[in-house]
Formats: sequence, C-alpha cells, structure tokens
Amino acid sequence: MFWDKGKETLSPDELADLQLKRLKKTLKSAECIEFYKKQFSDAGIQTSDIRSLDDIRKLPFTKKKDLRSGYPFGFLAVPLKQVVRIHTTSGTTGKPTVVAYTRNDLDAWAELIARNMTMIGLSEDDVFQNMVNYGMFTGGLGFHYGAEKTGMTVIPSATGNTTRQIEMIQDFGVTAIHCTPSYAMHLAEVAEERHMEFPSLKTGIFGAEPWSESMRAELEEKLGVTAYDSYGLSELFGPGVAFECMERDGLHIWHDYYLVEIINPQTGEVLDDGERGELVVTPLLKEAMPLIRYRTGDVTFRMEDGCLCGRMQKIGRITGRSDDMLVIRGINVFPSQIEHVLLSLPEVGNQFMVYIDRVNHLDEMSIEVEMNREYFHGELQDLARIQGRVVKALRDVLELRTSVKLVEPGSLPRFEGKAKRVIDRRGEM
Amino acid sequence: MEIKNYIIRQISVFSENKPGRLAAIAKAFREEKINILAFSIAEADGFGVVRALVNQPDKAFKKLTSLGYNVAFTDVIAVKMKDEPGGLHEIAELLGEAEINMEYAYAYTGKDAAVLIIRVDLVEEAISRILSRGGSLLESKVFI
Repeated sequence: MFWDKGKETLSPDELADLQLKRLKKTLKSAECIEFYKKQFSDAGIQTSDIRSLDDIRKLPFTKKKDLRSGYPFGFLAVPLKQVVRIHTTSGTTGKPTVVAYTRNDLDAWAELIARNMTMIGLSEDDVFQNMVNYGMFTGGLGFHYGAEKTGMTVIPSATGNTTRQIEMIQDFGVTAIHCTPSYAMHLAEVAEERHMEFPSLKTGIFGAEPWSESMRAELEEKLGVTAYDSYGLSELFGPGVAFECMERDGLHIWHDYYLVEIINPQTGEVLDDGERGELVVTPLLKEAMPLIRYRTGDVTFRMEDGCLCGRMQKIGRITGRSDDMLVIRGINVFPSQIEHVLLSLPEVGNQFMVYIDRVNHLDEMSIEVEMNREYFHGELQDLARIQGRVVKALRDVLELRTSVKLVEPGSLPRFEGKAKRVIDRRGEM
Repeated sequence: MEIKNYIIRQISVFSENKPGRLAAIAKAFREEKINILAFSIAEADGFGVVRALVNQPDKAFKKLTSLGYNVAFTDVIAVKMKDEPGGLHEIAELLGEAEINMEYAYAYTGKDAAVLIIRVDLVEEAISRILSRGGSLLESKVFI
C-alpha cells in the first residue's frame, strides 16, 4: 500500500532533479541564518556555486553543538510569527536544542508519518494507541497528527498507568501501538503477570531507542504483533525520517525530504554504498529551521540492493553512535558490528569486552566473549572450534584479524545504562 | 559382563586460565565432601578444561553448576595397569593392537593398582576390544 506512490517510487533521475531543486531552495533560506551566512563566507562559497548534488560536499557540516550555541532561536530562518510550534530535544548535556515548525513543516511531517503507516498496511480501519510522551518530545504529537492524517482512530494515551493502557487496548480493540521498545517489553510483562491478553493487536511500531533482532522476536511473541522499526530525530522533524516496510530489512529513508550522505566520522570523507559510517542529512523541505549537512551521530550504511516494495534506497538499521568508532590498523570498526556478529553465533553469549593494544607498532584487538553453557560438551576441541568460528565470523565482517578469548558464562561485567565495552590501551606506555 | 558398567562419567569443567580457578573448584568439592580420585587439566589459548573423576559425580555436577561453572559429563574408561616397570607398556601395546584411538589419557596410582583413564571416540567398542584381549577395566561403581 502507498500513501503517495508517485513520490515514494520516483526514478533516480526524477529524484535527483527534485532534490537539487529543493536543495537550492534550502540553501537560499539557510542564508537567512547568521550561523550559515558566516559558515558559507568562511568557506568562501556562494550558494550559487552549488550546481549539482555532489557540490554539497563543498559545504561544512552542522553539528549538534552548533544548534545548542544558537539557543533559543538562532537557527530560525523565518520570523517567529510564522512558527506554529516548538519542540525541544532532551538536553543530556547543557541546554536543550530547540526545533521549530511552520504550518507547512507540520503538514510535511504528518505526510511522512502517513507514508510510513500506510507502508506497513495501516489505514482508516485501524485503531491506534500512541503510548509515548506528548510534551516536548516529538514522538507524541508527531505520530498523533500523522495517524490522524492516515485516518486512523487515534488514542492519545501518552505514558504511564500501564494497567489502564492495557485495558484501553482491550476495550477499544486497538490494532496498532507506538511506543519505545523498552516500554513495549514492560507492557508485555505486566500483561503476562496479570494474565491479560491483546487479541486485537497486530502491529507494533517501536522507536526512539536502538533495539535488536532478538528483542523484535521477543516482542512479537509476547504481544502478538508484527514489529516495525521507526527512526527519526527532532532536528529532522522527529520520528518518520526512516521506517521499515513490510520486508523489515532496512529502513526506507525518504529521499525527496532528506538528502543522505554517509561519512567517515573522523575524516569527514563521504563513503560509498555499503560502507558503514555516520548518517549526515540535509533536510530538503524544512522551512522554519533548515539545516545543512547535519551530523546525526547515528551509524548506518546505504543498502545496495533495491527493495521488493519498490520504494527508494534503504539504510541499515541504526547500529550505534559514531562517537564509538574505533580505528584498528586503519580499518573502521564499530562495537555494534562486533555485537551483531556475536548475536548471530548461538555458541557464545551477547556480552563482550574489547581490548585494543599496540604490540610492535601494530594495533591488536582482542575480544572476550562468554561461552554458552549448552555448547560445552566437556572437550577442549569444542572450545577451540567455537573460538575458531568466532574469529572467522569477525574477520568476515570486520575484515580484521582479532584474537578471541572464551570466558566463563556470567563472568563479564553487565552494564546498566551506557555500556563501556571497549578498553583502548594504545595510549598507555 | 555388561559393557555399560565400564563407562565412567568424568566431570569436565570449562575454566579460564587464570590464578585461583582451580582453588575455587577444589573448594567446592571440599565443601560438598566430594573425593577426587583422578584429575587432570588441559589447556589451550587462555582457557582450559579441568577433568576429574570423583566419587559423587551428580553432586559435583550440581554444586559446580550452581556456582555458575560450565560443566559437562564425558564418558571415559579406566584400564588397570600393573604398578611396576613395564606396566604402562603392556597396556599401551594392548590398546595399540586393539586399534583404539585415544583422544587423551591421564593416569593415577591407587591402593590396588595403577589406572590409565582414557577418552576414546567409540567407548563401547573400545571396552569390548580391551576385555577380549584380556585387559582389565575398573567398573563405574568404583566412582559413585
């Protein structure tokens, strides 16, 4: 099902023309912002120098800290009277970041959400419960208006009172929910404890936090839904930027709204399809707050294969933050890649530690991983075989030789909150 | 003679190669008053397997598992040797003639005789070949 089949399946040429047209307009409006006026002149670039999509590489990046320095209204390209809504992003460090929307921005955003929801088969026949914060967080109102636009019956249940949430799902015959994956897990657990079920539920949209394929399997089993990953960030409107289709193999990012680049987070070099790096986005339809080459900090890659659904190029599910990237013997490694490899091997656990040392001027990476009890049959060669399998699987993905040490189950540190799995000892003498 | 009577359950414990691991395992046996009759450690690349024949294997298995150890039972056989010069040679020759492929072996000398514990791939066949050539095996009940 398509919401806007024409736009969702543009041919590469049509898309490039539209993107360039919109990019030029975006650059014009960005020039109204002091920050960008200065950035362009510092870089010695006139907006008229940007004649092709690749020319965007001449422009500097915009970082989160730039936005913060413009608090509160330094990044507005329109007078405040044209702004009809403001959201902020959580300020984990210092002041929050302000994002502002004109009426057209809100329409465009709701349109995106409607595309996403239609893409996974939702329609006016569905009853939708939106179980996220409705305040400054963009996930609440963003999904709300998108779902209304799609024509669904919307229940703005917000967060809290899990028992009541479950009752509403039952009483109103809710067919689709949106929440964070961790809240979905909580919901499932509470329902299990109280022997409550969700016979009407069929679709779960989960986002705002990274979540794994094993979590997907668990949520689907416990809630009886098909689970879809939703990606977005407030600086790019909010949720809806990229979304899984029914194939559930990567996220469709809406290229008519967002010009996508993948870069090496350390050098800024633009990477090819298939190469993992930081997602950099230039929104093409934002009026109130245009951004140029915004560094999301999220790690993904452009998928090379087309999608059966016929929509535009996908990106891989987000697998971590670019700040976490390691450079080992000149090769970029994200801890999330290691995690993915280990998740695919049942013989070992999911917990791991990475140690990086410099031995004879060469970087050496060693990984400790826990043995899975069920795969130990008492023989030393079982262990050697498993160790060999892990080394090979890591080499295939990372293109890097690592040494792997199997450790006893339960012996590695468990982290609550942000995990510190990498210990880089190269600086030490 | 029932062949199964000669299959002995060895306790195999996965252990990282770091100080104190053996002491921790031995302490667990001590607390449960489990007697160790034979014992060996095999090591490879940072980890190892501690192997032991104990008098109460099920209790040992339960205790170590409850402490979080990764434990498995492995079937082995125990061949009696004469505790005198040439004792091992005699048995080794017998095993060679019987074409028994050993994965690993370790020995202990007890009150009555010296014993060679061996891990083979085809346990039951090895037992019948050893017995048919006049070899003498310890029964598993010795270790219960």
